[in-house]
Amino acid sequence: MKPAPFDYVQVTSVAEALDALAADPDQSKLLAGGQSLVPMMNFRLARPAVLIDINRADELNGVARDGGRLRIGATTRHLQLQNLGGDDALSSLLRRAAVHIGHLPIRTVGTFGGSLAHCDAASEWCLVARLLDAEISTASRERGVRTIAAENFFQSLFTTAMLPDEMLTAVALPLLDDQHHAGFVEFARRAGDFAIVSAAVLVRTVDGVIRTARVCLGGVSSVPFRSSAAEAVLLGQPWSEDGCAARVSAAAADAAATEVAPTGDMHGSEDFRRDLVRALVPRALAQAADSTRNRMRSR
Amino acid sequence: MTENRTRTVRLQVNGERHEVNLEPRKSLADALREDCGLTGTHLGCEHGVCGTCTVLVDGKPVRGCLIFAVQAEGRSVRTVEGLTGDNNKLHPVQQAFTEHHGLQCGFCTPGFVVLAASYLEENPRPTEDELREVLSSNLCRCTGYQNILDAVMSAAKVMDGDQATIATPANEPSGTSTTG
Ligand SMILES: Cc1cc2nc3c(=O)[nH]c(=O)nc-3n(C[C@H](O)[C@H](O)[C@H](O)COP(=O)(O)OP(=O)(O)OC[C@H]3O[C@@H](n4cnc5c(N)ncnc54)[C@H](O)[C@@H]3O)c2cc1C
Repeated sequence: MKPAPFDYVQVTSVAEALDALAADPDQSKLLAGGQSLVPMMNFRLARPAVLIDINRADELNGVARDGGRLRIGATTRHLQLQNLGGDDALSSLLRRAAVHIGHLPIRTVGTFGGSLAHCDAASEWCLVARLLDAEISTASRERGVRTIAAENFFQSLFTTAMLPDEMLTAVALPLLDDQHHAGFVEFARRAGDFAIVSAAVLVRTVDGVIRTARVCLGGVSSVPFRSSAAEAVLLGQPWSEDGCAARVSAAAADAAATEVAPTGDMHGSEDFRRDLVRALVPRALAQAADSTRNRMRSR
Repeated sequence: MTENRTRTVRLQVNGERHEVNLEPRKSLADALREDCGLTGTHLGCEHGVCGTCTVLVDGKPVRGCLIFAVQAEGRSVRTVEGLTGDNNKLHPVQQAFTEHHGLQCGFCTPGFVVLAASYLEENPRPTEDELREVLSSNLCRCTGYQNILDAVMSAAKVMDGDQATIATPANEPSGTSTTG
């Protein structure tokens, strides 16, 4: 047995989870998919005294439309999002991000909420949440319910705005109409590895002109990075069936690569990461145009 | 540790009930080997990377080292021992591994076989690209993967009903093979 001993508490509702968490927040950890927490426990990098298993709290699992939003329950599995139906820009963005997360046996159990709570710098879901200005709902006995914008939620490496007695219950993403075009690409050395750099884009076009632009990058800082320099390049540019002109996406990529300040590590130097940004931003824009084109053709 | 943290857990493995006493920190993979006597499941890295400990929980492949045995209570668990039928006939995936030299030392084999069998049971007509993606989940240090891919492609055909492919010689290059 690798992990240090702990007390195991299985809960079947959010209310039970919050009670259990309130008893000793600093020594307790919620157990969702376990695909990040259990490796850390096996290395004894994490030694919670109490493990609160939320996998049987059914109310936490599932995806539902709620007004103009998609509400994703905390324990919704990566695979559920990979298998999400729908040909709208949001569903296809979620599918395209999900396929990059580890491997099938990781995606059968790993959860959307667990990824956001864990806050890995390379996490696909953290990048998607930042790209779409996700609203993250948390609950605790002491603090009640809070809704935290993605911008404020991700604070630093493995650090979110949640306090130890809080749990993430659901995440709301805006539904995207046909004016929206979204893309998600990443570079990893082998299928299933954590990305070295990832890029996600979202543009909204009106009459063939880009009216809003979002460019978010993973792997270049401790939390998802929003490149306002790249966004400024894209704003006001023409957008056709083929997306924006090659010269425009190259300029956006350059702006992003200049703006980021990555730190190098054994997976990739600072320069290599900048080069990846330069390569990936145009690919993400091209994919955004591609998926819109495919969508329109199949209708 | 003075406190006794063991508890009784009822596991349903390959259709059989096992009542075991264990600590919550014991992984499902360890419990299967040490408490249920099912040593077919192997453990490699014990942090989710190698896939050797892959077992099915409620029909879905999971890393046996990243789920605690207590979590599997009330779920149905299937291991490599549960792939063979009552008559001890090998599962088509196992049969194909022997025919296509899909293993050498055999350490990673249970994980690959369980992963592939579960995938083919749900996706009877996979493309080669799809299988490459699925199999990238697990590590093998002997075969170089190509023979594993060949084996699973061939098993897919067999499971999809093309019984003629079962007699393909192991050394036939996959490009010209009737199972190809
Ligand atoms: C081999 C391998 C490859 C992987 N590759 C990738 C990858 O490419 N990209 C990627 O993003 N991830 C990857 N992962 C990690 C995986 O996506 C995890 O599923 C995810 O990071 C955490 O989700 P979880 O449900 O498994 O959370 P857990 O491991 O159960 O928990 C992680 C942390 O979040 C906390 N937590 C969980 N749920 C909640 C909640 N509802 N409220 C508050 N706190 C909570 C836990 O207490 C813990 O601190 C990989 C994992 C493995 C083993």
